[in-house]
Parts: sequence; structure tokens; C-alpha cells
Amino acid sequence: MVNRIWREKLIPWMIPMTILGLWQILSMNGMIPATILPSPIEVIQSGEELTASGELINHISISLGRALTGFLIGGLLGFLFGLFNGLFKPLDLLLDTSIQMLRNIPHLALLPLVILWFGIDEVSKVFLVALGVLFPIYINTYHGIKSVDKGLIEMGRAYGLKEYSLFFQVILPGALSSILVGIRYALGIMWTTLIVAETIGANSGVGYMAMNAREFMQMDVIVLSILIYSLLGKLSDWIAKLFEKKWLMWKQLS
Amino acid sequence: MHFNQILHVDHVQTSYSNTPVLKGIDLSIFQGEFVSIVGKSGCGKSTLLRIIAGLENINEGEVKVNGERLTTINEDARMMFQDGRLLPWKTLLQNVGLGLTGDWKPKATYVLNSVGLKDLADHYPSSLSGGQKQRVALARALVHEPKLLLLDEPLGALDALTRMDMQNLIESVWKENRLTAILVTHDVEEAVLLSDRVIVIGEGEVVMNKNIDLPRPRSRSNPTFHHYTEEILDVIMEENCVKKSGYKIV
Repeated sequence: MVNRIWREKLIPWMIPMTILGLWQILSMNGMIPATILPSPIEVIQSGEELTASGELINHISISLGRALTGFLIGGLLGFLFGLFNGLFKPLDLLLDTSIQMLRNIPHLALLPLVILWFGIDEVSKVFLVALGVLFPIYINTYHGIKSVDKGLIEMGRAYGLKEYSLFFQVILPGALSSILVGIRYALGIMWTTLIVAETIGANSGVGYMAMNAREFMQMDVIVLSILIYSLLGKLSDWIAKLFEKKWLMWKQLS
Repeated sequence: MHFNQILHVDHVQTSYSNTPVLKGIDLSIFQGEFVSIVGKSGCGKSTLLRIIAGLENINEGEVKVNGERLTTINEDARMMFQDGRLLPWKTLLQNVGLGLTGDWKPKATYVLNSVGLKDLADHYPSSLSGGQKQRVALARALVHEPKLLLLDEPLGALDALTRMDMQNLIESVWKENRLTAILVTHDVEEAVLLSDRVIVIGEGEVVMNKNIDLPRPRSRSNPTFHHYTEEILDVIMEENCVKKSGYKIV
């Protein structure tokens, strides 16, 4: 039993570890030149140096701040629009078509325009992230609300639930799993948007750190930045999964 | 025994997209009686029950509850649906307590206990069998102490043995709480077993209104029981109804 749990924890890491080991060995005997790809140990060392100087923490916290601000603004707007359009037919008629049209513009294509509008300071990054996360959360919230079992809503009414309690006890819980799918998807978009925005027009943040390192051919810093992005992405996905586990407990227990 | 009329259906007509479903139903329900509505699929028996619950619009006529015209949800009534309609994200106890206010837990626990599911209070509906789900649905209806219990084919999806258990449970609950109950079913034996009166709906009209004078508890092997069943079945078989598309929500 204990053996099996260990096996299930270890096996997923076998391939990444093997690749890392191979990478290190090939770098050490010169098969992979340091100008193409630095060895894992070099990447870790540059991570240590940048941490010691405080630079790394600074860039990460700036990137995190942009990501979260944009996510909160866009997520909240997407959620509210999805909610109200899902609940109220007249609003749905008025807004949904327009939102669906806007949704089809790739938000990253707006980058040159956004830089001209807002410059390369915080607003442009937050704006793009907000725009990017708005639509997946809108669509999944809207769809979640619309697809709540009509029989359950009718039952709620027949059992004396009025608008407020009907919403919180029947409609919102019924839409929640769809909303969480939207949130997880939006978290992915949040990071990719930020990477692009910081790489092209920024003077701080992890993306800027990578672009700056390119000018000095600091391969280790570039690889480090990429790894940090992937770790941040993994972290946010993991947090979203925790919420799913907590809020959708009733699904796992079946 | 039945003197107080608690519900009156007065010449009710309704239709789905211009196809008439009920063509003028008149019906009185008296305090404390158990009435079954039977008929072929598509004759409008479920529609009639939903009208009594206040879940359906009517074109003409009216439903009177204690003399007053019903315009919205019938607050005196609680409905048990065929598909249970438990909230999957709530535990059994929370499901039973739905719509209660104040200190609802002791009350919900008590009623959940009375349908024999005390130990499962913290479980979610997905882990239950069909029969257990309907027990929870029954408890949820009973906890409101309704004057009128509406049963919309609640046992239709259960296996024969579970059905018999549930029939006993429903009868004992009806007796103990001195409820008035209306059961929609396609099972004539079930109707004869449980009801004081059986109403047959055919093509949107009441075609039979039959008192069942059998002592309780009833036995299916009683020759009179068999006689009632045959008589009602004969009437049903003569009727032909077209199944209309689903229901709509008011």
C-alpha cells in the first residue's frame, strides 16, 4: 500500500529527472555548447546570484502583481457579465452578440495599439491580461448559468426558495464547475499574455529580465526566466485545482 | 369522512403550442383523502398535477385552494418528482432542510430519520440508490408539513421490491401525518393499493372517478382488489392519447 503511493508519486517525475540528468551530462562533456543551452547547474547558479542581489524577487513580484491585478479586473468583469447575461434575458439579448464579436479579436494583436495608448508602463500589461482572461471566464460563467438543470430550478421554486436563495443554493452551485473550468483556462491565458507583453514592451518583470539577458547573451538567465514562468503557471494551476477539490467535493465522492 | 374540500379544479384548460392537453377538468379534493390520477402517457395527468402545484400556466378555468384562486406556487403543497431532483452539491441533511429557515437541523434530522436514512445524513445524493434518493425526496417534502402532498410518478423508476417498500412508506406517512395526497401513476395496482379514490384521465378529460372501498392495509390477492384493477384498466385501455412534447417552466 505504502509502496504503491510512493510509486504513484515517483513515476510521474521519472521522465523530467532523466531529461535533466541527460542535459547536465551532455552539457558537461560539451555535446551541448553553453552558447546554445547552459547546463542545469549553471541555471541554478544564476538563479542563486539573482536571488542574492534581490533582482529576481523584484522581477517576480512585479510580474505577479501585474498578473493578479489583470486577472482580478478581467475575471471579475467576465464573471459579472456572464452572470447577468445568463440570468437576465433582456441583458443577454443586448450584450451577448457584441461580446462574442469582441471575443474573436485575438487580444495579443492589440499589443501595438495598447503600447501606443498606454505606453510601456503598468497599465498596458494589466489591460492586456484583463482583456485576455475576460472572455474565457465570461463564456464559461454564461454557459454554466444557462445549463443549470431547469428541473432543479423549478424544484427550488416549488420548495419556497425566492430569488436570492434560489441563486445561492441552486443556480450558482450548479454553474460552479463550469466557472472553475473558465478560471483554470484563464489562468493559462494570463501567463502567456503577460510573457508576450513583458517581452515586447516593459522595463521590469520576468519577461523583461529575459529580454535584457538576451542583449548580453546571458543564456542562463534566459532559461531561468522561462523556467520561472513555467513554475508560476504550474503553481496557479495547482491553486485552481485546490479550489476545485474543495468546492466540487460532491463530484469526487460519487 | 371527507367533508372539507381543500382544493377545487374548476374547468381547467391548457395547451402546448395550440395542441390542447387538458380540455376542461373539474375535480375536488377533500381533506385527508388519498387520490390517484391514472391514465396513459400523454393524457395530461402530470400536467394536471403540475397545475395543482402552481407550476404550470392555464388557459381557462381556475384552481382554488381553500376557496382562494391559485395564481402562483401553491404554498400548501409539496411535490415529489419522478426524477427526485435532489441537489447533488448538498448533503442529504441539507437537501431535506432546503427552504427551511431558522433552526432547521433538528427538524430535518428528525424527518430524515423517519424515512430510515439517519446514518446517511452527511452523504451526497450521488452515493445513493434510486430508492434511497426517493426517500430523501419524500423527507424533503414532509419536512414542510404540507397540507397537500403531490406525488408525480415518484416510484416509476424503481425496481419492484423497492417500489413495494416505498408504497408502504408513503401509505404510513400519509396516515400518520393525516395528509391529503395526490398520486400520479401509470401503475393501476399501485393506485388501487394506496387510494381512497382513483381518477382516470383520458384525452384531457376525467373519464372515471372511482371510490375504492377496501379496508387498509390492502392485499393485492384480495379478489375485490383485482376487480377494481380490471375495471379501471378497461376504462384506460379505451382511451388514446398523443404524447405532447415536454413541460415548460413558468
